[in-house]
Amino acid sequence: MSITSDAPAARPHPLPGGPPAADPDLARHLLRLGDDALVLGQRLCQWITRAPTIDEDLALSNIALDLIGHARALLTRAGRLDGTGRTEDDLAYGRTDREFTNVLLTELPNGDFAVTVARQLVYSHYAVLYYGSLAHCPDPDLAGFGARAAKEVAYHRLHADRWTVTLGRGTEESARRMRDGLERVWPYTAELFEEDEGLRRLAASGRVPSPAPLRETWLGRVTEVVTRAGLTVPGPAWSATGGRAGLHTEEFGPLIAELQSVRRQFPGGTW
Amino acid sequence: MTAPTTTSAADEGDLLAHFDALIAAGETIEPRDWMPDGYRRMLVRQIAQHAHSEIIGMQPEGAWLTRAPSLHRKSVLIAKVQDEAGHGLYLYSAAETLGVDRADLLDALHRGQQRASATFNHPALTWADTGAIAWLTDGAAVINQAPLCRTSYGPYARAMRRVCQEEAFHVRQGYDLMRALCEGTPEQKAMAQDAVDRWWLPAVALMFGPPDTEAGGADVRTAALGAQVSRRAMAWGVKRHTNDELRQRFVDSCVPQAERLGLVLPDPAIRWNEERGHYDFTPVDWDTYRRALGEDTHWARQRIAHRRAAHEDGAWVREAASAYAATASAYAAATHAASAYAPAEDAPRGDDA
Repeated sequence: MSITSDAPAARPHPLPGGPPAADPDLARHLLRLGDDALVLGQRLCQWITRAPTIDEDLALSNIALDLIGHARALLTRAGRLDGTGRTEDDLAYGRTDREFTNVLLTELPNGDFAVTVARQLVYSHYAVLYYGSLAHCPDPDLAGFGARAAKEVAYHRLHADRWTVTLGRGTEESARRMRDGLERVWPYTAELFEEDEGLRRLAASGRVPSPAPLRETWLGRVTEVVTRAGLTVPGPAWSATGGRAGLHTEEFGPLIAELQSVRRQFPGGTW
Repeated sequence: MTAPTTTSAADEGDLLAHFDALIAAGETIEPRDWMPDGYRRMLVRQIAQHAHSEIIGMQPEGAWLTRAPSLHRKSVLIAKVQDEAGHGLYLYSAAETLGVDRADLLDALHRGQQRASATFNHPALTWADTGAIAWLTDGAAVINQAPLCRTSYGPYARAMRRVCQEEAFHVRQGYDLMRALCEGTPEQKAMAQDAVDRWWLPAVALMFGPPDTEAGGADVRTAALGAQVSRRAMAWGVKRHTNDELRQRFVDSCVPQAERLGLVLPDPAIRWNEERGHYDFTPVDWDTYRRALGEDTHWARQRIAHRRAAHEDGAWVREAASAYAATASAYAAATHAASAYAPAEDAPRGDDA
């Protein structure tokens, strides 16, 4: 049998494009979004073969596959824009823990299924809104990516919505776990909407939208689902921050070590 | 799903004659058709084993998802493991047309009453193992399963057609992964060779089942026994070829591929036999087969323990889903939406003992 090609399943989004020019603000922003998708995808990979049903193994792997696809597109573009010419793999496998700029939410350990559902709920509602707004930015590659990614995360949101309601209204135990899951992830949601000087510059010039104005809509939508689940959105508490500056949780080191382990064991390898 | 219990012996004779005529004419048997109990039992056993093998087979590769050395390889591997889950579900559905329940089949797997392919009683120790599994084990599965696309039981044949298409893809991906390692550093190539050294025997022995011809290496008595089982499966159109015939086909396809990769298959007896028009190889006799089984070893236990742990940890989730389904009519709509999102079902493997 003749054997040559790769699977189309592995095709990344067609974001990479545009001339390689140094654009530090945009590069930094896309790197952050790419790190979010990569780290969350990595966490979901840890579920596969361990999910409550085989259907869920399938659903979670599908979501992980989408997220890794988003990460590949975003990291590739970031590497072109930051002037270093680094590839998606250089960025994923060649940086130290402190150089990753994902929000802390995405690196939280999976916990039980309810914690994972809660994390998916808050992230996917955010991602639907943010990627949706990217779809309107003037850069055609970025807009195209935003439109496609928004369509995919809409399915992730549907999945999270359904499980939030199912667990919230299922049994006493599942409702308790779902409530605990929401409380676990809630303090980590504010970071999704943070903006810094660079992002404010990008937003002011109309090149890329800021996530900050989306927070209210996000809260309304998440609240609607949580209410439907018979639960309440956790009240104001402390808010975690630091991920965007590379200040991560202690659990992050092992996650990155695992991600990079094979590649680091074989310096100079080709894969 | 089965013949009425009041069927008289005479009626049963007619039914059997009709069944035999369908098989002889190459027609498929469908769920509503009458079928001999032995045929039904053989199918349930074989389809369940395929399904279990897909589910258990997710583990050795699934363990490397978090360590895949490039994002491209990570995507390919996620898609493959996802395919395996889909194939498992698809095959469980085919088994359900024979009047068994998916949950009962999974329970039988968890209790050790039904088995998955013993191929996965072996550990995936390095990244190259994911390539060797896809190239060799899935390659064996494709050869083993291609004839099942024409097996006599309709739902099984249709399931296998979808499965085989995707399996062929996995084999190409596995080969491509191995090729990248072989073209890489000496350390990478050594990792690839080491994986082939360990996965060759599980593939060539276990993926095809025990020897069932004397020429295949069985002694006269066991060959007769194996041949008897194979003959019955072939008479019913469940199987189309002997285990040893398919094994030969696998060796014939692998040897040139290994040569192109620059890898050595760990069998010094492999050489081209001009007279036979096939590669000779060390016959898989019963001793070799039993040795390869790896039954009741650390990994055989570990695979089932992993499966059971996932099942038990998820019990509260499944209970919640049942409770919610029982009380909320809205659930139907939500499930419908979520299943629209679930990807297409996909591909298995298994030994056809």
